[in-house]
Amino acid sequence: MNELAIKDLLYKLADDQLILGHRNSEWTGFGPILEEDIAFSSMAQDKIGHSLAFYTLLHELGESEPDTVAFTRNANQFHNSQLVELPNGEYDFSLIRHFLYDNAEIIRFEMLAQSSYEPIAKVATKLKGEVKYHVLHANTWIKNLGSSTEEAILRLQSSLTEALPYALGMFEHSKYEQELIDAGIYGGEEAVKIKWLKRIQAVIEQTALKLPDLESIAPKFGGRYGEHTEHLQPLLDEMAEVFKIDPTAEW
Amino acid sequence: MLKKDDILTLLEEVKDPEIPVLSLVDLGVITGVEVSEDAHVTVNMTPTFAGCPAMDYMKKDVERTLEKHGISKYTVNMTFDKPWDSNKLTEKGRQHLKEFGLAPPPKYDLILDLDILEHVKCPYCDSEDTTMRTPFGPTLCRSMHYCNNCKQMFEQFKPL
Repeated sequence: MNELAIKDLLYKLADDQLILGHRNSEWTGFGPILEEDIAFSSMAQDKIGHSLAFYTLLHELGESEPDTVAFTRNANQFHNSQLVELPNGEYDFSLIRHFLYDNAEIIRFEMLAQSSYEPIAKVATKLKGEVKYHVLHANTWIKNLGSSTEEAILRLQSSLTEALPYALGMFEHSKYEQELIDAGIYGGEEAVKIKWLKRIQAVIEQTALKLPDLESIAPKFGGRYGEHTEHLQPLLDEMAEVFKIDPTAEW
Repeated sequence: MLKKDDILTLLEEVKDPEIPVLSLVDLGVITGVEVSEDAHVTVNMTPTFAGCPAMDYMKKDVERTLEKHGISKYTVNMTFDKPWDSNKLTEKGRQHLKEFGLAPPPKYDLILDLDILEHVKCPYCDSEDTTMRTPFGPTLCRSMHYCNNCKQMFEQFKPL
């Protein structure tokens, strides 16, 4: 079994979900309306649950306990894309990131549900049903706000332009890319990106938003290899603050 | 010696802590029970939602219930081997949900689209003239709806 390749894949999936889960939780108590406060908080809870499922698979492959892995690594040991670590910004930015991210995540999970590596396939089969609600939420709001007032359209357009280089960074190839594809473990980032583009285009076409020419955008790569923006380490420090006071505490 | 069916009957006592009318058996999260020749009981469970904080509590509750009935040799596993979906809720479970004021999830082909989420039957007046307010509710497994007929908010146990 291609254990290093599988671990690399699991870390990327788990870290993306953990970090965006944490960012989503920062909306708790601050949502623009109560329903959105609840939605981002619920998605936070789902995503952190998903990261736990993947960290548990890693633990079964010999990595440390999920809490240790989540709370004791430094930024340069995280495999998440830079997109998920960016600060929430205003609601329009969080919404655009959520839309760009979850439309990719659902494709990853649908592909992984067919994985030749059975433990991932089982987890992905379960989680893809949950992520559908996240996609539904994102697409509904983008369609509504993306064709509403001038201010909403301007804000979303500006956030879309800002987020796209980071969104393209999600599809950074792993050094095990071909190995995973050949072994039927994962369909690979190129395949995800092609499907993702179709999905986001189909939604954006129903709005007044314009998708910039992606060929002219330089993706923000590095996240999958531990290169992060200045925003990740402070997030990790805050997330692990309580854990680090007493790592052996029973909860 | 207790048999598989006896264990399932005992587990009827264990309820969802957030929906106390619903047993774990009716919720569909007990995916397997085995009793070995030397009377070791194995119970396999699967989470409804991966991030549901009640799952850990439910697992402990299963262990407590087995002990209460004098079963000392047991293993309770939480796995994704047989992933949960809302079609696994039993008919009895659905009836209990409705009586509790939660619209049961429709049985569906596991392809989730907007049509399934709109026009959920109101658990209070049975009207289908309802609107989904948000797919996220007070717990991960609930969405929020409004009944245009009896003019009340209600929650649905989400189809998944």
